[in-house]
Amino acid sequence: MSLVGKPLSPQRRRFLQDSARAAGGCVVAGSLLAYLARDARALPAEALRPPGALPEKEFLSACIRCGLCVRDCPYDTLKLAELGSDSAATGTPYFTARDIPCEMCDDIPCVAACPTGALDPRLDNIDDAKMGVAVLVDQENCLNFLGLRCDVCYRVCPVIDEAITLELSHNARSGSHALFAPTVHADHCTGCGMCEKSCVLPEAAIKVLPVRLARGSSADHYRKGWEEKTAKGGPLVEGLIDLPDRLPGPGTDNLIAPGGFAPGYDLPGVGQ
Amino acid sequence: MSARTHLPVGQEAVDAKGWFGAHRYLLLRRFSQLFFLALFLLGPWFGIWIVQGTLAGSLTLGILPLTDPLILSQSVIAGHWPELTALIGGVIVLVSYALIGGRVYCSWMCPINPVTDAAKWLHRRLDLPKGWQPKRGTRLWILATVLIVSGLTGVIAWELINPITMLHRGLIFGMGFVWALVAAIFVFDLFVARHGWCGHLCPVGAFYGLIGAKSLLRVSASNRTACDDCMDCYAVCPENQVISPALKGKPGTAPVILSPDCTNCGRCIDVCAVDVFTFTHRFDDHVVVPSDPVAAPQPRAARPI
Repeated sequence: MSLVGKPLSPQRRRFLQDSARAAGGCVVAGSLLAYLARDARALPAEALRPPGALPEKEFLSACIRCGLCVRDCPYDTLKLAELGSDSAATGTPYFTARDIPCEMCDDIPCVAACPTGALDPRLDNIDDAKMGVAVLVDQENCLNFLGLRCDVCYRVCPVIDEAITLELSHNARSGSHALFAPTVHADHCTGCGMCEKSCVLPEAAIKVLPVRLARGSSADHYRKGWEEKTAKGGPLVEGLIDLPDRLPGPGTDNLIAPGGFAPGYDLPGVGQ
Repeated sequence: MSARTHLPVGQEAVDAKGWFGAHRYLLLRRFSQLFFLALFLLGPWFGIWIVQGTLAGSLTLGILPLTDPLILSQSVIAGHWPELTALIGGVIVLVSYALIGGRVYCSWMCPINPVTDAAKWLHRRLDLPKGWQPKRGTRLWILATVLIVSGLTGVIAWELINPITMLHRGLIFGMGFVWALVAAIFVFDLFVARHGWCGHLCPVGAFYGLIGAKSLLRVSASNRTACDDCMDCYAVCPENQVISPALKGKPGTAPVILSPDCTNCGRCIDVCAVDVFTFTHRFDDHVVVPSDPVAAPQPRAARPI
């Protein structure tokens, strides 16, 4: 090259120095910005996104923080996070179920208002929304678990008898009463927060949590034998012999009552 | 340097054109900033819903979508392809600013502009030193950084700290601690770096500058032969590196300010007592020919008030 043997031009040196300085500064500034971006993804558990919101990571690439969903929410449920005072990423929409829950409008105006698709327009039935999942977090204070008939969370649920059911069981404490346990079925729960809002306790015993906190997940390779058996219409492995189950009672291996299981033998409440 | 350069900036223009004449574009600009802010505030304050949303994205009269193209670009780079509404809104904004000058956004719309203008005004009143003056190109580096970080993190990165949309959103939806950020910019521009934020660092301004690089609406020093070197335009211009090529260009060169950094604020038109500058289009090469090319420009005293 012609440059070989000549002194390097001072302009070139200057240019390279300036570029290196600028690039260095950008790496520092960019790292700080990237740190903030990582921080922004940590959505606090009590902040729920509007119906149809993309998963949090994608949501932050899609939401331009314009507030149009907030404007079209007829119940003032939605708010934009304010810098420093709300913990969701600043300017993004969220709601707090205990303050104002989602009323689950049929026409889903917040989704219709979203210009970017951060609230997924493919959500056309509000019952399919997954803003979170209600969890009865405190069985020790829940009035129903204490044996009372509060039932408020069950009654206010917009998907009553599907998202929340009352499961009847024996009240072991009193020995003679029933216990109606409010039970959430995650497949049907939209996470609207009506139950949390309405819980009569000073601090709600039932709370809507983000799905990632509320649910476990079954391993992909797990199979429920009884379901597989029903689906197949017969035993899954040919040639298995179904031996009689050993039960308390007279039997050859039961020294107290030899002779095997006798139906109704000595069970409480069953005729002698 | 003549003694005139030590007169208060714009004093001669006020003498020549009257106070209103010498603040025409400044007043228009403040009116524009207030007007567009008021459009956004009429809804939440008085229930008159002409415009919904914020500068990041809005809906006017329920029909016209507008979206900030920089935020949209970051969104795309972060991996989300926006719905059609946002894309249409982005294109409308893009085309508009490409015609009238990208940085018209900075001087006629941006809510941070009054803050940095106030800092600059106080800076001049206190006669403070220029302070840290990074290269004008720094904002382009920052713009590139913002886009790269958006791509790497999958988050619309600049919106995490963008004081423009934060202040605008703060006024409309609720402030939080945005005021602290705005105060920080004021202090930065006042004590650390003159014109620091808008003139050197803000990537939004850099982006709009790129949009409007070939814009039609331009300021031209068409009457540059009348210039008496009072330097007032350099003193008020937030991007005063754009003036010289037009004002001090050799005879035969175009008098139009073609730098994309020019914000079309019109302050140079205001403060010029001899009306060197005027708004025109970028292809207007017209230069006013002095009636007597030999004689130097007449002193301003000769000009009728």
